[in-house]
Parts: sequence; structure tokens; C-alpha cells
Amino acid sequence: MLQGNPSISKGKDWVLIWLYATIVLFGLVCIFSVEFKSNDDFFRSLFQFKKNYSKQFLYFGICIILATFILLTDSKFFTATPNILYIFGIVLMLSTFVIGKNVNGSKSWIPLGFMNLQPVELCKIFTALALAKYLARNDTDFTKPRSQLIAAGISFLPILFSVLQNETGLALVYFSFLLPMYREGLPPGYLIFGASLGILLVVTLLFPPTSLIIALSVIAALTIYFSKRKLKRNKGLLIIIVGLWLIASLFVGVAVPFLFKHVFQKYQADRIFSLVGRDNPFIDEKTTALRDAEPETKKDKADKENYNVKQSKIAIGSGGVLGKGFLKGTQTQGDFVPEQHTDFIFTSVGENFGFVGSTLLMILYFGMMLRMVFIAERQRSTFSRVYAYSVVGILFFHVTINICMTIGLAPVIGITLPLMSYGGSSLLTFTIMLFILIKLDADRQMVLR
Amino acid sequence: MSVFNQSRKNVIRLIFIGMFLVIIIRLFTLQVITSKYKILADDQGIFRKVIYPDRGIVFDRKQRPILQNTIIYDLMVVPGKIKGTDTATLCNILQIDTAEFRKRIITAIIKNKSYRPSVFEALLSEEKMAKLNEHMFRLAPGYYLQERPVRDYPYDAGGNILGYLSEVDSNFLKQHKDEGYLIGDYAGKAGLEKTYEKVLMGQRGIEFWKRDNKNRLTDRYEKGSFDTIAIAGQNMYTSLDIELQEFGEKLMENKVGAVVAIDPSTGGILAMVSSPTYKPRLLTGSERRKHYAKLLLDPSLPLINRTVNAYYSPGSTFKTLQGLIGLQEGVITPTTTFSCGGAFYGCGKPMRCLDPGVWALKGAITHSCNTYFANVMQRVINNPKYPNLDSSLNQWARYMYAFGLGYKLGVDVPSEKSGLIPTPKTYNKIYGDGHWNFCTFRSVSIGQGEVLATPIQVANEMAYLANKGWYRIPHIVDSIEGGDTYGLLDKFREKHTAVNIHDSIFEAVHDGMQGVMESGTGRYAKVAGIVICGKTGTVENAYNGVKQKDHAFFAAFAPREKPRIAIAVICENAGFGSTSAAPIASLMIEKYLNDSISGKERKAKAEAISKMNLIPPRIYREMRTQDSLMHSKDTAYLLAKGYIKIVSDSIGGDSEDEKDIMENLKKEKQKKPLPQKDSNITKPFAILPDERQKPADKDTAAINQ
Repeated sequence: MLQGNPSISKGKDWVLIWLYATIVLFGLVCIFSVEFKSNDDFFRSLFQFKKNYSKQFLYFGICIILATFILLTDSKFFTATPNILYIFGIVLMLSTFVIGKNVNGSKSWIPLGFMNLQPVELCKIFTALALAKYLARNDTDFTKPRSQLIAAGISFLPILFSVLQNETGLALVYFSFLLPMYREGLPPGYLIFGASLGILLVVTLLFPPTSLIIALSVIAALTIYFSKRKLKRNKGLLIIIVGLWLIASLFVGVAVPFLFKHVFQKYQADRIFSLVGRDNPFIDEKTTALRDAEPETKKDKADKENYNVKQSKIAIGSGGVLGKGFLKGTQTQGDFVPEQHTDFIFTSVGENFGFVGSTLLMILYFGMMLRMVFIAERQRSTFSRVYAYSVVGILFFHVTINICMTIGLAPVIGITLPLMSYGGSSLLTFTIMLFILIKLDADRQMVLR
Repeated sequence: MSVFNQSRKNVIRLIFIGMFLVIIIRLFTLQVITSKYKILADDQGIFRKVIYPDRGIVFDRKQRPILQNTIIYDLMVVPGKIKGTDTATLCNILQIDTAEFRKRIITAIIKNKSYRPSVFEALLSEEKMAKLNEHMFRLAPGYYLQERPVRDYPYDAGGNILGYLSEVDSNFLKQHKDEGYLIGDYAGKAGLEKTYEKVLMGQRGIEFWKRDNKNRLTDRYEKGSFDTIAIAGQNMYTSLDIELQEFGEKLMENKVGAVVAIDPSTGGILAMVSSPTYKPRLLTGSERRKHYAKLLLDPSLPLINRTVNAYYSPGSTFKTLQGLIGLQEGVITPTTTFSCGGAFYGCGKPMRCLDPGVWALKGAITHSCNTYFANVMQRVINNPKYPNLDSSLNQWARYMYAFGLGYKLGVDVPSEKSGLIPTPKTYNKIYGDGHWNFCTFRSVSIGQGEVLATPIQVANEMAYLANKGWYRIPHIVDSIEGGDTYGLLDKFREKHTAVNIHDSIFEAVHDGMQGVMESGTGRYAKVAGIVICGKTGTVENAYNGVKQKDHAFFAAFAPREKPRIAIAVICENAGFGSTSAAPIASLMIEKYLNDSISGKERKAKAEAISKMNLIPPRIYREMRTQDSLMHSKDTAYLLAKGYIKIVSDSIGGDSEDEKDIMENLKKEKQKKPLPQKDSNITKPFAILPDERQKPADKDTAAINQ
């Protein structure tokens, strides 16, 4: 059964396909509910492709065709071409600096006429394939730091271009490649280190750097004091502790301020700080002086809570247990939530279908992820497994951050809800990613490298 | 194919499940536990649109509408859509300049944003409306006309009775918390509009609309299934005869005073004229506030309804009741005579009397003999039947209460005053316990002194006499279409007969009153073919301690058999009752009973009386003073404050409007400050009902005719 499957359906994971179709259709319904006004003519506008829902319907059609093509492609194609595709992706991203179209202040779109393509989205597929290809190489020993570094380089290179394009949110998605790397043996120490940095970052946001450095010094001193005996036996430990202290202090005192002053846009920094309930301390002195001149009241501070998040929480929170019903959501119908058809599509689920509907959707998404983990684990080839975990990672990152964004648990960084948000780029990317996985899974008996 | 890191899949699964739980728990708190967001969502997403029903219509006794609804238009503007419209034409029609135009547009944008409609000019006058209508097609779609229902007074009469609407103030909202009033609503503030607010208002409807992020109404919420329908206010039928009312108002022009006519058999008020009054149309429509301010500051106090709100000593009209009590108590008979030698000497200091002679009851009433009634009351008070003065005076007061004096009758026109019937308590307070006797208050016997009655009480007293012993509370509203749900009219159905007095006693008094019209002081008020029973009164009064020209009183009922009208007329400071009050009453009676004034002579008389100017010179003086003082803003402010206090004390004013007026004056004041010591005027010299009662010297003999 190496080649020439008698039918296209043979060996395909239908659970995943049905989950995919259900979520996309649910997404269509939601986009429809956002846009539809009671006096619209549904059937006429559906085939005129002028409304968002009809366009999304068109994209879905394209996706089905594309998915069929992928399923008909020889899976060896995917193992043979990642390097070229990866380079193609990078070139595509670079090309946006020249021919990019400016959408919402980010020059990361390539106009294709019928739709705008965002290379950073597409590049996720290529990166996933490239990473899989690299880790599946016979001479890759992932236990060696050199391999780990190369893998990280492959994964994180697009971040660089993405940040330069003012698409920090999408850049962060590439951190989800840590998941397949972890699965392939990346020492947990790195992840713990990363997580610690994350915690440190949050703490840095909450407290002023000087007091944090003092606190870190005290912790380091206490650790040294209490582990005197161990230190006598093992001189290396002292170096590690001092090194950690140094890194942490540099992180708190230099790296984070640098990040907020020079890497993040002001609005992004503000959003992140608004999430922890603080004003952005890393802004020009002029503005600070101005703000200090007018003492703030508590109410001002509350007003500062991002308008999007506030409206999003109102829409979701007003849904109640069972929701207001399809097309009956007052917040959705009244266009209160900005960007509701794209990044905030979940609000229409929350409002129209309530807690029950939201939970069902979450079950669909997390069910899909767990199914993909199951699929990943049944692969015989490293390539397929790494690729599967890459897709799971990206999906997990997107879903978690997007949902948390709408319910006020994460800063608004502008990433889509996979398969549901309006937008051809996002839908096509996830469709291709998923169906490559399904194709690879269907051919899991083949030995792929 | 690595098998080393197999267990890590479980870690990954755990991370997924953990995240899933975090999201679900967060969703649960947001959607199920917290209710804050539902409220916020409804606040911004659903608009409660209040639908105002038509207010009820008020009809007179002949089913003619006297208070109804009409529509005035507001010119609305959507600033975002006015590009390219002919601004010059609009400015021309509205008579504004471009600066004002810009100001209004900017205000509209600030208030309601440029994509939502705002009022450009409220309540267009008929003239502007007509011109605008011609040009409307050129002004669309940036401008459009919006209907606004307002009250209309087809006869432009009876302002004091019908009342007016005005915007509710915070006090009103506090008092009517659960009745669904909102800021910006209108409610009845005076007259019937106030008394029958509940009936006339109808039931408001509420429509729920969906609202979008720009605050535009998009669609009905849930297809209107939560809406409530507005129910129009109930119509009311009154006992008023609007033509009689108009006639009365015409007769009372250029006079200060009041006329009340009652149908004795029902207690229904036929006409209720307070003069000076105002045209009710002034207080509806576009210039409402301006007119209200002007009326409020008028020294002749046109906003006060003198028929229920001012009280006077009833003077000689009171003698009829004294006669009743005397007969009922048995201290006199119709044939008892007293001789009057020009004065009553019973208490040392003589009390003058103009018609010397020997009189029995009939003659005494006809000639209004002071001495006679002083003797009667002296006998009543000193009646040996009662152990002491206290009990006899109490008994006397009980009669007076039974006749409907000394307390608020319960008329359905708001802010009625109670008047005063003195009791032992009154005198104990003034003179100390027991330090008084009949001679202390002998002027009460002829309706002077402490006795105070409102014109409506005097008219009701006539109805009591006409009915020979009973009355119904005077009222304006007879019936309410669709039923009297609140039971507001029940008290008007009840017959009041507190004491049982024999018909023969009434006949004796009627004889005297008929005599007044035939040979006595009322002979100038005769109406051919109608037997009238009347009584004149000339009431001494003083203002701020200075004796003023007497008030002219006339009270009557007609015809003597099966009486159909009871009437009281007072003309302040008009001198003898026979020259002003009596002819007015007779014309009113004729108009009502015969439906018209017959004969050239009578018509000419009506004209002459209407033109007769009896406004006390005092008021003219005040008007002049006010005019001159108004130039110095400081005093104007103080004056205004004084008037507002008088009016709001007596009729419960309109605090929103008052605030406006005061604010305006204050602003002007700030512009041009003047040293305050220039004038010591803190109180306006207006006719204050309260201060008028007591004659300067109580013991001065009352001149009564």
C-alpha cells in the first residue's frame, strides 16, 4: 500500500476532518451573525461575494479544493521540498518590504487581487515542514546543543522579519515551535528557564526594576547562605547561582526596558501594561511629565482598560448560560465589539450561544488538539510527528491566546481564532497545515524522512 | 523513531487540559456568575423608548373641547447631511444670522454627534412653519420636521382653571418616584392639568429598540414582544360653560378680583374667573418660557387663581348666614325687630350703620343693617342656653363650618385656601385666655374682622342658601370618559347637610335677599324676568397698614325657585358693591340663564363694565416702580425673588422655570453690578392676599351697605 490509494478517503482521519468542517461552518455562522442585518437579502448577498460571510464562504470553497489537492498529492512531496519552501517563505516575507500593502498600520500583506496574503501566516507551514525535515535528518542529534540551536534558528528566524513588519503578535506564534522541540527531547530546563523568564517578565511589569534587583540579590544571597555546605563541595554551583542572578538582573534592568522602549510599539506596550493594571512606565519623559501634571482618579484608570477588551467582555458576559440566541445578540447586532468578525469572533459565540455554546466550541478545539496529539504519537516517522506537534503547537497558541484575549486574560496582540475568524490568509493557512497532516497521517505506514 | 520522550506527550496533554479548564472557569465566571456584563450590555445595546400617549381632552358642559391636543413641529438637523443645502434660505426663514447658525450646528454636533439628529429649532411658530414647509424639499435630507404634541386651548380662556404643563423638576420626580416620570417629561403644574394629571396622562408605552455602537436605533428588540402599548389619557367632561367663562373674563378685564358661578343642584362650577388672568395659549408652544417669566413677574399676579387662592372678609354677604343662625338658634324670629339709630351702641364705641330705621330680618338684609346683625350675633354669643362664651362661639363656628366656611372645600382646582372662621381658640391666642367677649369681635357679625372666606366659599354659601340647606363640593369635572378609576369624583356626589334647618327659615332669608334686588343695595343688578336673591358687600381693607378703597362684593343665586346658578363676585378696591360687582353678577346670571344678553342697553352695559378700569392705582404704581427698578439689575433680582416666592407659595411654582429666570437675572446682574444700598426694596408691593385681611384698626366701624 505504498502508492495508488484506490480512494481518496482511505486511511484519512475522519474525526479530524469532521472537527475541522464543524468549526469552519460554525465560524461561518458566527461571521454571518456579526454582519447580517434583518433587512438583508441573504441568498442574493451570499453569491455576490461582497459581504464578509459570503467571501468567507468562497474561501471555504477554495479550501475544500485545496484540501482535495493536498490529499491527492504524494506525501513524499512534503518531505522532499521543505527547504525550498522555507526559503520561498522567507523570500516572500522579505518581499513585503518592497511590495507590501499597508493594512492597519502593518506592511505585511501582499495583495493578490481577490485577497490579501500575509506571508507570515503562510510561513508557519513552511517553518513547520522545515523544522520537521531538520529534526528527521539521520545525522541530527537533538540532544546536542548545536542541533537545538539550529532548530531554534529555523523556528525563530521568521520572528525577526515579522517584528520588523510591526506584526509582533503573529511573531509570537513562532514560539509555539518549542512544543515539538520539547517533544523531541529539548531539555525541560530550557522551557523552565523560558517560563521563569516569563514569570520574571510579568513581575518586572508589576514592580519597578530597582526594587526587583534588590529582591533578586537578597534571594541570591539567601540561597548562597543556606547552601553553604553544598557550595563547599561543588564550586560550580556558586557560579551557576551568581550567573542566574546576573542574568535575571540584566533581564529586569536592561532587557525588559529595552524591549518596551524599542521593540514593542507604544500601543502594544500599553496593552500589555493595561493587562496587569499599570500604566506604561517605559514611555518618553515628556508624556510622563504631562500625565503627572494631572492627577488621575480611579475612574480614569478603569476607563483605560482597553475598549476592545471591555466590549468583548460585555458581549461574552451578557450571553449567560444559554446565550441570547442566533441573531439576537444586541452587542453583536449593534457592532459594539470592534473587529468582531476577525480577531473577536469568539464574542459572537459567547453572546449568541452563551456558556454552553462557548464550552462546546472549546471542547471542539481542545478535542481537535488532543486528537492531533494522538495522531502525532501514532506516526512512525519523526518527520510526521514533529510536523504534527508543530501544527498542534500553533493551533494551541492561536486558540489559547485568542480566547484569553477576548475574555481579558491575555493582551490584545491581534492573532486570529483558527478556522473561525474571517480572513482568507488565516483560513487557508490552517487548512493547508491540517490537510498536510491528514495526508501524512494517511500515509503513516510509509517510511518518510 | 525515538521512543525516549514518549512520556512527554502526557505532559503536553496535561498542559492542554489545564488551559482548557482555565478558559472554561473564566467563561463560567464571566457568563454565569457575574451579572455586571448583562447590565452593561442592556444599557448600551437596548434603548427604552418611551411612547407618550395623547393627553385626555377636556370638554365643557356643552361638549365643546376647551383643552385638547395639537401638533407643533420641531426643526431637526442631522449635521452630517447638511452639505450643499441652502443655508441662506433657512437663516432667512428662521431670522437668524450665520453666526447663530454655526453656533447651533456646533452645539448639535457636541450634543449628539454629527450623524444623529438634534433639534435645530424647537416648537416652530405657525408663521415660520408655513414658510419652512414651502422650502422643506430643498432642505432635505439634512433637515426635517418632527411632530411634537402640545396642549391647545381652543377658546383661549380659563387659564387659571385648566392650568398648564411644564417640565418636571427634581422635586416632582422625587415625589412621583414610581409613576414612571423621566427627566424631560412634562406634567400638569396647575389647574385641572395638575389635579387630574393621573387621568389625563394616560399610560405610557415603552418600546425596546436595539441600539448600535453609534447610538442609532436599528431595530425593534425581540420584534417588540417586550413592548407595552401607550394608552391615551381619559377625556373629561366638565361643568364649565366656556362661553360664560369667556364672558366673565371679559367683564373682569381691567379689574382685580374673582367671579365664581356654581350650579347649586350639582355643585358643578359654571365659571371661575380670576382677574387679572392670562391667555392659556401663552403657556403652550414656542414662547412658553418667555411668557411664563413675564407672568410670574407681573405685579398683578395673574398666575394666582384668586377664586380659591385669595381670601377676603366676606362683608355683608355674611349677614345672610348670621340671620340663618339667629333663626335656627331661636334668638330671633323673622319678625323680631331692632332699631338702628345710625349706629350700634351695644359695645360702647358705636359701629356705624347707614340706613337708620327699625328693621325686621327681611329689611335688615335688604338694607344691610349693621346694627341688626350685631344684635343678632350678640344674642347668639350671649345665649343663656350655653354655659359660657366658649361653647356658644363654638356652636356658632359649627354652623359656619356646616355652611362650608373655614376649611378647604376640596375643590378640584389645586392650591385651595381654607379661609378662617374664628373660634375661642383664635381669640385666646390673640387676647389671652378669656380676655375677650362679643364686643371684642363684634365686627365679625357683619363679616369683617377675623372672618375670611375665599370667593369659592362665598359662592358655595350661596348654593347652600339656594338649596335650602345642603351643598355639594364645588367642582369642575363632572365625569371622566371610561370611568373614574381613581375615585377622584366620588366626593363631589355627596350631599353636605350638617345641620338641619327648616325651609321656612331659608324662606325668610330668601325674602330678604330678594328684597336686596328689588329695593335694596342690589337694585341696579336686576335682570328682567328673573327673580334673583342677592346680597352686596363692601369690605373694608388695608394694605400694609394703609387703609385702601373698599372691596366690592356681590353674592347671589337665581332664580329663587329652582335655582340654577349661585354666584359670587369680588372686585378688589372697587368701592361700593352695587356699582361693579352687582352688575357683573347680574350680567353673568342673565348670560347663563337666558343664554345671551338681551337688548342693546344690557349689551352696552356689558361693554361699559368691561372697559371700566378698577385696577387699584397701587398696582400701577408697582408696575411703574418695577419698570424703573428693573433697570438696575440688582433690585430686579430681588424683586423677582419676591414675586416667585409669592406665586410659588400660593400655587406651588415651577422651579425649573423659576431657576431659569433667576439665572438670567443673575447673569445680567453680574454684568452690571450696582451698589445694593441704593434701594431697600426686598419685597414687592404686590397684592398679598394674606396681608390684606385685617383692617388697620379692627374697631373702625365697617361701612356696610
